[in-house]
Amino acid sequence: MNYFGVKAILIHELDRFKRTLLQSLASPIITTSLYFIVFGTAIGSRIKEIDGINYGSYIVPGMIMLTILTQALSNASFAIYFQKFTSTIYEIHAAPLSSFEIILGFVGAAAIKSVIIGIIIIITAGFFVDIEIQHPILMIFFLILTSITFSLFGFIVGLYADGFEGLQIIPILVITPLTFLGGSFYSINMLPEFWQNISLLNPVLYLISGFRYSFYEVSDVSILTSIITIFTILIGCILFISYTFIKGYKIKD
Amino acid sequence: MKNILEINNVNKIYRNSVKALDNINLNIKEGEIFSLLGPNGAGKSTLINSICGVVNFNSGTIKINGFDNIKEYRKARQMTGIVPQELYLESFETVWKNVNYSRGLFGKPKNHKYVEDLLKLLSLWDKKNSKIKELSGGMKRRVLIAKALSHQPKLLFLDEPTASIDVELRKETWDIVRKLNKNGTTIFLTTHYIEEAEELSSRVAIINDGKIILVDETDKLIKKLGEKSIKIEIKDETLNFNQNIKNKYNLEVNNNMLTFKYNIKEDNINLTEMLNEIETNGYKIKDFITEQSSLEEIFIKLIKEDKKS
Ligand SMILES: Nc1ncnc2c1ncn2[C@@H]1O[C@H](COP(=O)(O)OP(=O)(O)O)[C@@H](O)[C@H]1O
Ligand SMILES: [Mg+2]
Repeated sequence: MNYFGVKAILIHELDRFKRTLLQSLASPIITTSLYFIVFGTAIGSRIKEIDGINYGSYIVPGMIMLTILTQALSNASFAIYFQKFTSTIYEIHAAPLSSFEIILGFVGAAAIKSVIIGIIIIITAGFFVDIEIQHPILMIFFLILTSITFSLFGFIVGLYADGFEGLQIIPILVITPLTFLGGSFYSINMLPEFWQNISLLNPVLYLISGFRYSFYEVSDVSILTSIITIFTILIGCILFISYTFIKGYKIKD
Repeated sequence: MKNILEINNVNKIYRNSVKALDNINLNIKEGEIFSLLGPNGAGKSTLINSICGVVNFNSGTIKINGFDNIKEYRKARQMTGIVPQELYLESFETVWKNVNYSRGLFGKPKNHKYVEDLLKLLSLWDKKNSKIKELSGGMKRRVLIAKALSHQPKLLFLDEPTASIDVELRKETWDIVRKLNKNGTTIFLTTHYIEEAEELSSRVAIINDGKIILVDETDKLIKKLGEKSIKIEIKDETLNFNQNIKNKYNLEVNNNMLTFKYNIKEDNINLTEMLNEIETNGYKIKDFITEQSSLEEIFIKLIKEDKKS
């Protein structure tokens, strides 16, 4: 195992995060605040509570998920794509690093960034509403596992992307809609039955529901299905990336 | 001398089905400066990249210091450093961080003293905190060299180190290459400049269309394949030089200058006999110049021959 190599990738990628710290952190903080102003204040004044939870507090886990999913995905995809784009990846190929170590470095860095951003959002949200975390360990488990899973997903996207536009497609056209429709800002019990059933096809719903359970012990679906869902996505990504690396496809010419 | 690099029957076909390497066999000796010479698109970069793990090759074996570069890639890659043809660098990073990052990638623990000495050797020490984007082209090239040497490799690959740079910078690069070689690093460089190969390396290989046409010691190559010409200056103006001698030796006659072209490879030429014949016919020889063809001419000739066959 090339520990120094993995560490070098990690530090190198986190350095980029540090260099752009202001943008990296300002954007989630501002977005969170905007959500509180728009959803919390405007809608919250009408909805008051869902499942006995104050509306402003109710939306916090969904908001964190929304940010984590998009940040993990775009950070990881950008990091690997950027190195392909500038051809600086030659050095990673020339170094004594296994595919696993390369993934560990890139995905690890993106996941660390996402977890940091998640924590920042919780702190920011704390300024607006009361937050209680009933199951902190479960919460951390979800936060970390989701960050890793979607960073890995992002790594795959970056590997396959043919241009910077390609990097944007999945976050904008897939993740954001699925997150909004996955009950970030409402409970699916508020929907007509037909739409409830449709919503159950959305994997992001299970992530949000499980994450919310770790905060308030309320959920749209059982916590077990949520845990199974996140593991299924993770395993799916691992299988896909292994296949890609075994084929040597998209990695080296 | 021990071989530090052994390439056997290596083939490379890109996904667009371009055959970039066609059954390459080549050995590099420890301690030498070796030049791989060939025109654009010959496969020079592909060969270097295949050795260093930057591209995958289809078949054959490559051993670096005895380690197979696929089966024992970790050990093999410890031995090699590569300086790419283009200035592939991240603009916003500092020189210091960038070089230490490279060292880390190769699995080496921090060694600030070594990196400091390396930057001093490459005249980059005063730029250590500068961002890459603030550096000139020549400095960027030296940063790439520093990165390639950051993990103390035995074998350094330089892919067209002096392509598109001015004469002064080229001399500077040559000096660096010689200095590194003196410090014990084996150098493998690619170039399409003949003078570069002639100036720097003890041995050269010529590659064209993915095939190695020839490998030899630089000066032997010039001797072996070089056309030589002898210019003979005659004392008096020769308005009509003896036609028999002219035809017999295929001489070019220009006023009092006779030019005789021959190839060292052919041993049926008797220079003494020709000179005697000239003198016995009443011509006085005043001066005598031999000229050797440059590697450039050999190169063009070889490629032409290769195309024909
Ligand atoms: N990434 C690539 N994909 C497809 N073809 C390539 C690639 N890189 C190089 N080639 C082709 O392979 C041949 C050898 O190229 P290269 O090794 O770059 O030559 P050189 O370095 O001698 O100029 C050329 O025909 C080139 O067009
Ligand atoms: Mg080239």
